[in-house]
Amino acid sequence: METIRLVYPVEGGDLIEAGEASSKMKLTLKKLGLPQDVIRRASICMYEGEINMVIHADGGQAEVEVEMDQIVIRMIDSGPGIPDVEQAMQEGYSTAGSTARELGFGAGMGLPNMKRYSDEMTIDTEVGKGTTVTIKIKIPQ
Amino acid sequence: MTIGELIPAMGLTVFHLAQPERPVAGGYVGDLLSWVMGRAGQDCAWLTIMSNQNVAAVALMADVSCVILTEAVQPDADLLRRAKEKQVNLLGVGLDTFSAACQLGKTLV
Repeated sequence: METIRLVYPVEGGDLIEAGEASSKMKLTLKKLGLPQDVIRRASICMYEGEINMVIHADGGQAEVEVEMDQIVIRMIDSGPGIPDVEQAMQEGYSTAGSTARELGFGAGMGLPNMKRYSDEMTIDTEVGKGTTVTIKIKIPQ
Repeated sequence: MTIGELIPAMGLTVFHLAQPERPVAGGYVGDLLSWVMGRAGQDCAWLTIMSNQNVAAVALMADVSCVILTEAVQPDADLLRRAKEKQVNLLGVGLDTFSAACQLGKTLV
C-alpha cells in the first residue's frame, strides 16, 4: 500500500463545532479497512488534538499519513506554545478557560489521553511560535 | 446484548437510534468529556448528564455503543442533529445516574 496523505484544516474559535476533522479522518480510515482498535485510538488522539488547538491556538492543521504499518498524525498550530511540557503532560493540569470547562473539557486529560492511545508521541513547541504534536499508531500486521 | 434489546429491558427513551444491532459490552459513567475518552471502553453504554453537541463527537471517537442521558435530561437541538449526522445511538432515562448504572449492570449480567 502506498502512503496515503490527508490534510484537514482545524477551525479555531468554536469549541462546539470541534471534531469535524477527526470525524472525517475516522470515516476515511474505516473505508481503508483498518482494524477497529487502530481507528478508535487514532480518532481519540486526533479529537483531543483538535480540541487543544481550538482551545489554545485558534485552530491549525492536522496532517495524517497512513502507511503500511503505522498512522502518523501531526497536529500543527501557530499558537502560544507550551512553556512547560512536563507540566502540560500531567493528568489534571489545564490552562483552559471557563467556557471549555462548562462544555466538559479542560480536565487536563487531552495530552495524557493522546499519549495513552498512541504508540509514540512527540511535542515540538516554542513559546510565541506554536506547537506540533506528532503521534504514531502502529497497525498490527 | 444489543442496543435494540437494551432499550425495552431498561425502558429507555429513544432520541435517535442509528445502530440497534450494536452490542453493549459494559457501561461507563462520566461527564468530563476527556475523562470519558480516556477511560470508557469500546462498545460500552455511556451514562451522562452532559447534553451539548460535543457528546456526539466524543461518542463517535470513543466508539461507545450508545449515549444514555440520565436524570430525564433532554438533548439540546444541536446534540440531536449531530447524533443523527454521526449515526450515534442517543437514548435517555428518567432515573438518576446511580440508579441507571445499577439497572444497566443488572440488565447486562
